[in-house]
Amino acid sequence: MISSVTSFLASIVGEPMADMILNIVIILIKVAVVIGGTLLHVAYATYWERKVIAHMQLRLGPREVGPYGLFQPFADGIKLFFKEDIIPADADKPIFYLAPVIFFSSALTALSVLPFFDGFVVANINVGLLFLLAMSSLGAYGIVMSGWSAGSKYSFLGGLRSASQVISYEIAMGLSLVGVMIMAGSLNLTDIVHAQYNYPTGFYAIPQILGFFVFFVAMFAETNRLPFDLPEAESELVAGYFTEYSGFRFAMFFLGEYTGMLIMSSIGTLCFLGGWTLPKFIMDLLPFLSELPSFVWIVVFLAKVYIFMFIFYWVRATLPRYRYDQLMNIGWKLLIPLALVNVVLSGTLKIMGWF
Amino acid sequence: MLQQLFFGYYAFAIIILSLLVVTRSNPVHSVMWMLLLFFHIAGLYLFLNAEFIAAIQVIVYAGAILVLFLFVVLLLNLREELSLRQVAGSWPSAFFIVAGLFVVVTAALGSYVPGPVGAYSIAAVRSETHVKALGKLLYTEYLFPFEIASLVLLVAVVGAVVLAKRKLRS
Repeated sequence: MISSVTSFLASIVGEPMADMILNIVIILIKVAVVIGGTLLHVAYATYWERKVIAHMQLRLGPREVGPYGLFQPFADGIKLFFKEDIIPADADKPIFYLAPVIFFSSALTALSVLPFFDGFVVANINVGLLFLLAMSSLGAYGIVMSGWSAGSKYSFLGGLRSASQVISYEIAMGLSLVGVMIMAGSLNLTDIVHAQYNYPTGFYAIPQILGFFVFFVAMFAETNRLPFDLPEAESELVAGYFTEYSGFRFAMFFLGEYTGMLIMSSIGTLCFLGGWTLPKFIMDLLPFLSELPSFVWIVVFLAKVYIFMFIFYWVRATLPRYRYDQLMNIGWKLLIPLALVNVVLSGTLKIMGWF
Repeated sequence: MLQQLFFGYYAFAIIILSLLVVTRSNPVHSVMWMLLLFFHIAGLYLFLNAEFIAAIQVIVYAGAILVLFLFVVLLLNLREELSLRQVAGSWPSAFFIVAGLFVVVTAALGSYVPGPVGAYSIAAVRSETHVKALGKLLYTEYLFPFEIASLVLLVAVVGAVVLAKRKLRS
């Protein structure tokens, strides 16, 4: 089918142009599929979170809109969309408008390098992991700018807290992934998954247990989730950096936060849990699995992502909030040294040929 | 043709954005233009097949250094700054220095000779990936300058720790 489309296009605009146009169209379709799928996941991540936490706290959660409350996310979305958009008189307007856009779009851009199953990735670039870290640091701008531009003390304090937290934990997160890069010998996420599949245990979480631990803790701080949700600590700062936002601008922060959680879960899945693959020894036991078409494996990928998401909710329902100095101490005095030890260990073992 | 167009866009945008950075009276707006500027510089690196440098440009400059700028700026009292009509008072002398530099650089451009072609052609870098090529060179041929640079950074870190400690005691 694709070849007939190409030849049809080639007859109009010539051979090289036809290839280019077709490439762009395919990329656009991929982008639409990825963003659509992610937004649907985000919508149901909120529903799922409310259900999980409700049941952990012996409540029932949303159950009025639709069967079992299944249409609750859409009701929330419609409500947010039609709410009045209030802008504080003291706000710096251009930046106040821009901040949620920066936050949300940096989260969505990070999706472009994630491979969901073998061969399906919007941009298969060689520095995929670094691109993800770059986009997560860009998201910090959305937070700082929203905190500053609103002209409110709660927002400002929330923004400052969040920025210093995100910067501190980004170092630990980047260093924790270095072990994975050393073992896989690549920064390309697809290559990392392939390298894991060929590794005896099937995923890097077992030899890279230190790196996985550091990544796991940093993941909560990077996404501003409990137990590290000090930027939006409601008992101290109302809602932190997005206190003054309403309507759809607020929704963009909300969507961005959940997209960020999905991205962190995906990074954890791809770098430590083998991505869309099952370990090789399982594949050898069940040979019929390797005959399945590649898109089926997205089920495995999503299952692993859902495990991470469930742990996000579980931790939120279980652990109390840390104090800010404790948070900084954990980041700088525990996680970064641990990650450095992991880098040295991984490098040494790689040279000795154990990895 | 497409390459010249891309380069032209980036060069033009970088000049305009740099001007915007130095002419805004609100420092926060300056920082935001600078963020955009850093992204254009990263784009220029990508255009040179230097994907690793481009990513590091965004992570280090945009993600860490500029956020620290922003921190300092946010803690200033902006209301006073905004009421100032002209931030830098001695702009004529600065203008003459920059104009002189511009003349020197333009005069020197004529004697520009491209360096000898090394082992790392674009095709070689592509096949080996940029990160690997850079890492190999950095840890073999250029190990000594690399170590010196890290020593300088270590001195800065130690200095920061010493300064912070003294403050704590008093």
